[in-house]
Amino acid sequence: MSVPHRIAVVGSGPAGFYAAEALLRSGVPVAVDLFERLPAPFGLVRFGVAPDHPKLKQVTAVFDRIAGLPGFRFVGGVEVGVDVSVAELSACYHAVILANGASLDRRMHIPGEDLAGSHQAGSFIGWYNGHPDAAGQSFDLSAERAVVIGHGNVALDVARILLKTPDELRHTDIAAHALDALAESRIREVQIVGRGGVERARFSPKELAEFGDLAACDTGLDPDDLPGGVPEPTSEAGVEARANAEILRAFAEAGGGAGKPRRCLIRFGLEPLHLAGDGHVERLHLRRPGSDATVALDCGLVISSIGRRTAPVPGVPYDAATGVHANLGGRIQADGVPVPGLYACGWSKRGPRGTIGTNRACGVETAAAVLADLAALPAPIGNPDALVANLANRTGCSIDFAAWRRIEAAELARGQAAGKPREKIVTRAEMLAVAGEAA
Amino acid sequence: MAYVVTDSCRGCRYTECVTVCPVECFHLDEEMTYIDPENCIDCGGCAPICPVSAIHPSWQMPADKAGWVEINRLRAAETPVVNAKLPPLPGADERARRLAS
Repeated sequence: MSVPHRIAVVGSGPAGFYAAEALLRSGVPVAVDLFERLPAPFGLVRFGVAPDHPKLKQVTAVFDRIAGLPGFRFVGGVEVGVDVSVAELSACYHAVILANGASLDRRMHIPGEDLAGSHQAGSFIGWYNGHPDAAGQSFDLSAERAVVIGHGNVALDVARILLKTPDELRHTDIAAHALDALAESRIREVQIVGRGGVERARFSPKELAEFGDLAACDTGLDPDDLPGGVPEPTSEAGVEARANAEILRAFAEAGGGAGKPRRCLIRFGLEPLHLAGDGHVERLHLRRPGSDATVALDCGLVISSIGRRTAPVPGVPYDAATGVHANLGGRIQADGVPVPGLYACGWSKRGPRGTIGTNRACGVETAAAVLADLAALPAPIGNPDALVANLANRTGCSIDFAAWRRIEAAELARGQAAGKPREKIVTRAEMLAVAGEAA
Repeated sequence: MAYVVTDSCRGCRYTECVTVCPVECFHLDEEMTYIDPENCIDCGGCAPICPVSAIHPSWQMPADKAGWVEINRLRAAETPVVNAKLPPLPGADERARRLAS
């Protein structure tokens, strides 16, 4: 058997794992090193999927199987672009696949956006999901009303977590600090606002329908937004838009008034203008697009969820217009010309869209591009094993998949003691300590 | 709960669904695909991508398709996993057009 081609994949979320799988199952002799900046793998499955959606997290069993494939190696605790450059990786591997996701929140660029009490969804989600970068954050949950800006599933996640009772969240893997804070929350109403109408909303019907089943929250619409009621879907409406319209019509008919103590209003045709307040958000001003009509909402917490983009990586061409690494079908391009040996996969290739499994098709496509190019790629001059050993010295830690398993075992044991499926360890230092590494 | 393939798939078998399943829970025979309800994680990725809208969640089955929940369970246990796209069955495009009209 020939010496395997060595491939580095950057980012251990679904896209990274599925790209690794497609390469390792291709029949071509390859070995894959999967780099992850945190000591914990699985990206948005661990840090994005909401704690009250445990079934989706079962996909990690598939990632565990991929991690067991011959030729797979997990290199945790190493941030590409900081601890090691893409150029260094390229010198040691035949190919480098960037699967680093879309970690940056898009901003609204409106006055008052930086007031205390105004946040982007990414930090709130990271906080309740125990992301090490968000563990120290705090959110003011003392006002009666919060506003979530955006009409996608992330906005629904944020609103739902704010509206569920502690008892609805207690037996999930929500971070302990978030559960404690939410138990003291005085928020009684969340408004989910978006600029467009019903048909433009990008909710998944399944996730929208969950708002009809909350233990302590009624969901309704505001008649001011849709004076004629929820419009009949147009001929352009897809299956999901039609299903959403039906669900929203049911919410409108229920009137949001079954007498539960909390309330959710899903609002349409409102564009944020500015946030006002004395050092802290007190009010959000909005307007009806295409008119002079304005609306003011008193609120103490505003969380915007209007999209995400990929964090640029030094040395990798970036497409600022779309917010991804510049690429064509997964091949990174500089000024329209492919950069040999450099690829993208997942959200950093095609933007933040699709379900977990969309990344499987995406990983297969990128892996096919790598495999097609492999024979023409120059042999690397450096040694990946020496590089990984050297990186352990540089970062002061060495987190392979066995080390992650030790972290996971500790999380599961703590979870069992707390009546949760898992109690996440939320600081990097404690993860390293539990993994048997010096912090 | 799980997603369920119904008889709209029969005779087309496009297998677009298979490419986006994160957990390889699709099985197939000569006619159509089936979802293993034990493995499906309800991600919902397969339903909108199906060219003939053959896939529904078990909690929202059209009344005349309810029997397919059990058929998927039984057939998934008897048939092999499919984890990559296959060519559609002969005549699939014509059939899909007929279903859409």
